[in-house]
Amino acid sequence: MVGRIIGDIFLIIGGIFIFLASLGLLRMPDVYNRMQTSTKAVTLGAMSSILGVGIIHPAWLLKCILIMLFILFTNPVSAHAIGRAAYKSGVKLWKGSVCDKYGEHLEDKNE
Amino acid sequence: MNSLILFMALGLSVVLIVGTIIIYLSKDLLVAILGSAVISLIASIFFLILQAPDVAITEAAIGAGLTTGILLYAMKKTGRYEDD
Amino acid sequence: MPYEIHGLSVYIYVGLVMLGVIFSLIRLAIGPTAPDRVVATDILTTITTVVLVVLALFFDRQIYLDVALVYAVLAFTAVVAIARFLEGGL
Repeated sequence: MVGRIIGDIFLIIGGIFIFLASLGLLRMPDVYNRMQTSTKAVTLGAMSSILGVGIIHPAWLLKCILIMLFILFTNPVSAHAIGRAAYKSGVKLWKGSVCDKYGEHLEDKNE
Repeated sequence: MNSLILFMALGLSVVLIVGTIIIYLSKDLLVAILGSAVISLIASIFFLILQAPDVAITEAAIGAGLTTGILLYAMKKTGRYEDD
Repeated sequence: MPYEIHGLSVYIYVGLVMLGVIFSLIRLAIGPTAPDRVVATDILTTITTVVLVVLALFFDRQIYLDVALVYAVLAFTAVVAIARFLEGGL
């Protein structure tokens, strides 16, 4: 019964993080802001939810940890690929952005 | 069937219908490929709700990797935007 | 002991995840450029993996976790392929 309550708490935390990630995806002004705010938060929400399921059923915990590890390894790869593709395909930064390190790096490499 | 799973299926069917409308209305073929990927995701969940996990595994493997790759290769050979 | 799915917390959880799916779908529909839509597809992929795991909890069958495992391994290849196409490579 204690495991059920702890698992429910983890599920609710994961649901709140998934909801906040989607809200950031809808509200942010720029491609890079949207990608940054949504990919990290949805990774945390997914891992918290799957850990909650693994705590509710302790016999499933090993497979749940395996799914968490795969999400933790594959999600930053796709986020990095999207960011790089958005910069290379010519999407402008938001006008309130402060610094552009990747553009400076490309300029240094071209000179 | 439980009412909670029925509510979930109702919300996901809205996603299926809106994804189909996005595919139908878009002039950019890359957006159409993205819509077909999303429809493949939701169809996999529906196969799991209908209690067919083997079909769901096949749909995940085919729809996630293979269909998108083949459609991207074909689009690279032909052209990205539809002509009016 | 099977998991009872009549508690209030499960309803709140499913409502939050469905709101997340609807918001991501709105961004997929109205996104100004193509990378916006790719980001929305990436978020929907991860949420789909979570929904598969939670459905395995609701139906109380361990074999349903294998679908989520296959999905977590394979689903990011589509997003990476589309990103490589946008970058100009492939």
